[in-house]
Amino acid sequence: MKTITFSQATLEAMQEEMRRDERVFVLGEDIVRQGGIFGQFKGLPDEFGSRIIDTPISETAIVGASVGAALAGMRPVADMHFADFVGVCFDEIYNQMAKIYYMFGGQKPVSMVLRAPDGLVNQAAAQHSQSVEAFFLHIPGLKVVIPSNPADAKGLLKSAIRDDNPVLYFEHKQLFPVKGEVPEGEHLVPIGKAKVVKEGKDVTLVSWSMTMNLAIKAAQTLEKEGISVELIDLRTVSPLDKETILSSVEKTSRLAIAHEAVKQGGVGAEISAIVAEEALDCLDAPIVRVGAPFTPVPFARSLEQAYRITPEKIAAGIRGMM
Amino acid sequence: MCAMPERKEAVLPLTGYDREALKFFYETMVKIRNFELTVEKYFFEGEIPGFVHLYIGEEAIATGVMANLRKSDYIQSTHRGHGHTIAKGADLKHMMAELFGKSTGCCKGKGGSMHIADFSVGMLGANGIVGGGFTMATGAALAQKMQKTDGVSVAFFGDGASNRGTFHEAANMAAVWKLPVIFLCENNQWASTTPYLTTTSVADIADRAQGYGMPGVIVDGNDVFAVYEAAKDLIDRARRGEGPCILECKTYRIKGHFVGDPEMYRTKKEVQQVLEETDPIPRFEKKVLDAGVMTREELDSIAARVNKELNEALEYARTSPEPEVSALFEGLYV
Ligand SMILES: Cc1ncc(C[n+]2csc(CCOP(=O)(O)OP(=O)(O)O)c2C)c(N)n1
Repeated sequence: MKTITFSQATLEAMQEEMRRDERVFVLGEDIVRQGGIFGQFKGLPDEFGSRIIDTPISETAIVGASVGAALAGMRPVADMHFADFVGVCFDEIYNQMAKIYYMFGGQKPVSMVLRAPDGLVNQAAAQHSQSVEAFFLHIPGLKVVIPSNPADAKGLLKSAIRDDNPVLYFEHKQLFPVKGEVPEGEHLVPIGKAKVVKEGKDVTLVSWSMTMNLAIKAAQTLEKEGISVELIDLRTVSPLDKETILSSVEKTSRLAIAHEAVKQGGVGAEISAIVAEEALDCLDAPIVRVGAPFTPVPFARSLEQAYRITPEKIAAGIRGMM
Repeated sequence: MCAMPERKEAVLPLTGYDREALKFFYETMVKIRNFELTVEKYFFEGEIPGFVHLYIGEEAIATGVMANLRKSDYIQSTHRGHGHTIAKGADLKHMMAELFGKSTGCCKGKGGSMHIADFSVGMLGANGIVGGGFTMATGAALAQKMQKTDGVSVAFFGDGASNRGTFHEAANMAAVWKLPVIFLCENNQWASTTPYLTTTSVADIADRAQGYGMPGVIVDGNDVFAVYEAAKDLIDRARRGEGPCILECKTYRIKGHFVGDPEMYRTKKEVQQVLEETDPIPRFEKKVLDAGVMTREELDSIAARVNKELNEALEYARTSPEPEVSALFEGLYV
């Protein structure tokens, strides 16, 4: 094991996969001179030269051209700068990238990765702070991964690049500088597999991305109060790993979900529906979802703090179930 | 009608300028400059949060354009929007309070620097999404035409933003419907860390006007007189119902892309040199003093008045309360 940052972990994944497969290349804004807006691509231009391409501010063309290049045999990794900008190229994502393989009878997969830094950071306000993974849960044909720590960041990115399907890779902006242990050598994390981070017996708490780290803190607090929490890191939003969640709920009889995105229509709603459909009999308490209020992300410190999910909010939600 | 873009210089003799116009030029440019320097200081002191993009060095553009606009005309701004907002006549107190994230801000502390707006003076919003303003300015102009006013809408945009697809859709729509839109390019040479020529197919964004059948004009964006005169012709033309245009103002981004930008992509020397040679404020001073149309005392008293207003705005912002948490849920629907 070695200890590196989330950002370095993604960089290692890129280096290893670009060395392994010449078809992998990068398209995005401010990558060559800046190494990406969060420095997550630093050094790649030195090693890979013309395979790292700075684009105009043209998100529609970044994704559209990646789809086209994938159809012509390349394996692009496109960078969205901020996940909020997916709105600009939504058609290229949901009508083209996601559908081409199915709609054309499986003639050619769209083997590409779209990386999108998401989440709250430094009071960046309404258009630079959002968590938008739920939009993509509703689109058949896409895979959506969302790591919470450096090891998964590396393993999921490598798997995403090797996957023949289009994969959206959400990376939380607050996680880039966070350090963690990453296995030495080849390290792949399977897409579509959630991870039981800690076993527990009273309640299942499902979370992902940055919020997973808050969920871990909440679980520690609850543990001291005698509530034993089973923690699940979802890691992949689509395809969603029902089995891991259902078997945990069968054991604990309670389900809580915590995410940074707006609660209404969030991924937590889908997980709740699955458990209600398939394991309602197991539940000893109503499901609890902890998510952001139904407002855009506000700017002022007082409002952003009120908006934010915290370990306290997660713990309070779970106490109410016991 | 639409050949290559025209390059224009200021031709009116300074003695032909109305005194009020000259005062507006100086007051507005100094107001923007000192506002931005204040914002930079309080950002580094940790009192202004979020992403902040400064307009320093580009003051002559907002000033020269806005001198031709009425309060009822509209502008769509960008992420670099403080200068546009000030020049359009927004109140400094409420602007500064917004940047500090206070409840007395013009957006009640919900927007911040990147999402500042003041509809009371026709400033329809800064934008966190590059290229978000083109189509909305076009729509505002459509409304002005439908309402049979002679109002105009100005869409400010950077060289980088000219590569968004929205530029094409808006320009074509505005041209085919002859809408009163001024597509106002502030070509400051840089799009974040990228020199614009490495990502842009033409050296002059105004070249693209030809493709839409509209006039394209290029001016020195650091000469407020040149900007004013070129904007006047094009805005008058739009008011007469003769349709949209592109006015490209050549300038340079003096500060980092955002406050805190390490600026690894260019040298301090390059920036210093451009500033020394082209800073619009000393250029204005020299011109008016040489021509004898304003005195040093007049300029100084304008600057003193501006600084007083700015200090009041700062005090107001710093002492205003943060929004109550209950405000989080207010104002989502009408
Ligand atoms: C759709 C979109 N893509 C990318 C960004 C990130 N971004 C913010 S400002 C900027 C550069 C803009 O350059 P330009 O339009 O020339 O304006 P300038 O900053 O030079 O004033 C970029 C890439 C964004 N905010 N929105």
